[in-house]
Amino acid sequence: MRVVWSLLLVGALALVGFFGAQAGGQALFGIVLPYLAMAVFLVGIAVRVVGWARSPVPFRITTTCGQERSLAWIKASPLDNPSTGLGAAARVLLEVLTFRSLFRNNRSELRDGGRFTVSADKWLWAAALAFHYSFLVVFLRHYRFFAEPVPAVVAWIQGLDGFFQVGLPVVYVTDIVLVVALGYLLWRRLADPRLRYISLPADYFPLALLLGIALSGVLLRYVSKADVVAVKELAIGLVSLHPTVPQGIDPLVFAHIFLVSVLLTYFPFSKLVHMAGVFLSPTRNLANDNRMRRHINPWNPPIVGHTYAEWEHEFHDKLVASGIPLDEE
Amino acid sequence: MPEKTRDELVRIDYTPPRRDWSDPAIDFEARKGTWSYPAAAKNLRYLGFPNPRDWSPTDEDWQLPENWQQVIHDGLAERLTKYRSLKLFLDVCVRCGACADKCHFYLGSGDPKNMPVLRAELLRSVYRNDFTTAGKILGRVAGARKLTPAVLKEWFYYFYQCTECRRCSVFCPYGIDTAEITMLARELLNLVGLNINWVMEPVANCDRTGNHLGIQPHTFKDNIEFLVDELEETTGVRVNPSINRKGAEVLFIVPSADFFAEPGIYTFMGYLLLLHSLGLDYTLSAYASEGGNFGLFTSHDTIKRLNYKIYHEAKRLGVKWILGGECGHMWRVMHQYMDTMNGPADFLEAPVSPFTGTAFTNAASTKMVHICEFTADLIKHGKLNLDPTRNDHLRVTFHDSCNPARAMGILEEPRYVLRSVVNNFFEMPENTIREQTFCCGGGAGLGNDENMEMRLRGGLPRANAVRFVHEKHAVNRLACICAIDRATLSTLMEYWVPEVDVSGVHELVGNALVLEGEKPRTTDLRGKPLAARKGDADA
Repeated sequence: MRVVWSLLLVGALALVGFFGAQAGGQALFGIVLPYLAMAVFLVGIAVRVVGWARSPVPFRITTTCGQERSLAWIKASPLDNPSTGLGAAARVLLEVLTFRSLFRNNRSELRDGGRFTVSADKWLWAAALAFHYSFLVVFLRHYRFFAEPVPAVVAWIQGLDGFFQVGLPVVYVTDIVLVVALGYLLWRRLADPRLRYISLPADYFPLALLLGIALSGVLLRYVSKADVVAVKELAIGLVSLHPTVPQGIDPLVFAHIFLVSVLLTYFPFSKLVHMAGVFLSPTRNLANDNRMRRHINPWNPPIVGHTYAEWEHEFHDKLVASGIPLDEE
Repeated sequence: MPEKTRDELVRIDYTPPRRDWSDPAIDFEARKGTWSYPAAAKNLRYLGFPNPRDWSPTDEDWQLPENWQQVIHDGLAERLTKYRSLKLFLDVCVRCGACADKCHFYLGSGDPKNMPVLRAELLRSVYRNDFTTAGKILGRVAGARKLTPAVLKEWFYYFYQCTECRRCSVFCPYGIDTAEITMLARELLNLVGLNINWVMEPVANCDRTGNHLGIQPHTFKDNIEFLVDELEETTGVRVNPSINRKGAEVLFIVPSADFFAEPGIYTFMGYLLLLHSLGLDYTLSAYASEGGNFGLFTSHDTIKRLNYKIYHEAKRLGVKWILGGECGHMWRVMHQYMDTMNGPADFLEAPVSPFTGTAFTNAASTKMVHICEFTADLIKHGKLNLDPTRNDHLRVTFHDSCNPARAMGILEEPRYVLRSVVNNFFEMPENTIREQTFCCGGGAGLGNDENMEMRLRGGLPRANAVRFVHEKHAVNRLACICAIDRATLSTLMEYWVPEVDVSGVHELVGNALVLEGEKPRTTDLRGKPLAARKGDADA
């Protein structure tokens, strides 16, 4: 049910954009809401990151996934158990760029007679990577709407993405990958009873929203073939802070923009903040050099345990009787 | 032993219930065998902890303080400002499910709330309700839950059903560490007097007598003398460990189970033989007679309180550096907390092995060396006279203990030592060792008898891997470097793989170590006859 509500909600939002713009809300959906959404996104993410950063990291709680650096002749694992800041930075970077932890994923299953088998399970990793990278490319490709002339690197990405030269306009590989990956990520939440059990509306809604954005974009490019020149005028107006709404923009464009605005607004209040949070994870971004360098806890409480003197006082007679030396001896 | 048979225990239903998870309801009566008894009032009173009373989870009324909701709310608010880990881990989870089948308790019980994601969600839902905009506005739609008595009971059940093993954290794309969540959730539970006796009694004992078991100094000395006598019988060599001796070069800290009960005592015998054969100038301490630290299963403040005595004693005795025995959670504390909490240890010297000259630069600040690092270095430099054939009656595999593996990374040292002292060493399957090692199911204070069903369930994945090497390679000995493991894995093996015994690595070192002036050995340290050797028949 949660997924149905999420899909319906996204559909309704798209309709709001579509008909709202036609009912004279072009400036609202084309200018005001995108600006507001961008502001909420930037401020919201900043507030989130500052909020995390304001809480200190009292202990160095690295999760070690490989051999520590100890004796010179034992080969240490510089990425999975970094002993330097550089190693830890590389660990985070590879986590962000290649999802290494997810790559480790495997599946444990119980067989007859109470035996577990473990098999590699890379589907989640592959789909997550496919989704994030295709989304990134799609995002970068959109830069052509915002810059005149189109930067060479954007043109280059576009060329690469349309490498297969199929269809007219040329079909981008990432458009297909994006939709397929999102579809898979949504499907697995529904197909696996365990995942269905843990999934919240907040898990379905972002997937539905992203699918809505992707599909409206696909419709715009391949089906309704929206007036790119007008859209570009709108986009450049937005980034140059001289916003205008040119005539002849397909209402579907406003639906698309509205969904993006919803995404930007929703982002800082949702699990999507993992985009920024992943960099700050203390189990990943700290070197396992605990015994080499002292880590400082800024609020280290002044706790004194049971002192030796108190202990000796309590057990004095027993210590004497058993011949264990006292402190003054 | 639980009432359920092995066949019953392995019939695990992974189908999630129809009821939504956010609906809390635990029938403690029906789930006997899967939870631990509450802390006795005397232990809380001794420690000055809140709300000491006699109660049982099966009671309807848990006798909470009147303002318990406020206490938990304020406690959570405080911890959100003190721990970035907590704040971040509560915010960034995407519920991808990668952690789900990584938890031994989930694999062994099929209870979906043992999936790390849901265990954290129990706390996260309350966090959303109290501290996030979306949760405040949207409520249940945003996954928020009010903190009701039923939710609190659920916290008690599931946060004392996590062994803080960190296996899920290895697989999480954001490194979310359920151990951290559980530790802080237990701190909150402690604020309103919800704790278990298997944790709080050792904590109270440790604070007062110096060790978890409550062994007083004269008994400490008696125990050690008993072990010295036993060793003399086996080897013909009398070792002479000192206690509370000022001016020794090294303070040697071990988990108290090692001088108290089988099979840990054999590990302790191994330490004694090793240090004797080297002639290391070391002392034990009857005051700092515990390396372990059940504060880790209570609260950060309690970790610090119990850990205090280590540096305090090292300073008093005037030693140069500290050597630590085989213990899992002890090393999490020594490695990741001690220096920060109770350092700087500027009165100690950076540790150097007096026998090889090796400077342990990786312990330059903490000044505490793991005995497997110490021994591996000795063996590498040929300082030990070893006869591995004395372990030929054993076919050995190695269990990486959770904390040394995932909160330290001491993986190769124990293996190097083992390969040097035994001839028959076999690894368990790769998804069950090293950073992917499976917990014994009884760590973090859960290794008590009343929780036996859950221990055996949680230990099933580990036992399974042992059974695999037992059947494939006739393995009969499970070595580990953790005192909790030595106790809990013994029970686990007895139930699931009775052909396999458990021991520390240094017990096997003790078996193999050739001492000056020793008598010909006919038995190992346990008094078990050695394997017949070539040439023996001729003699």
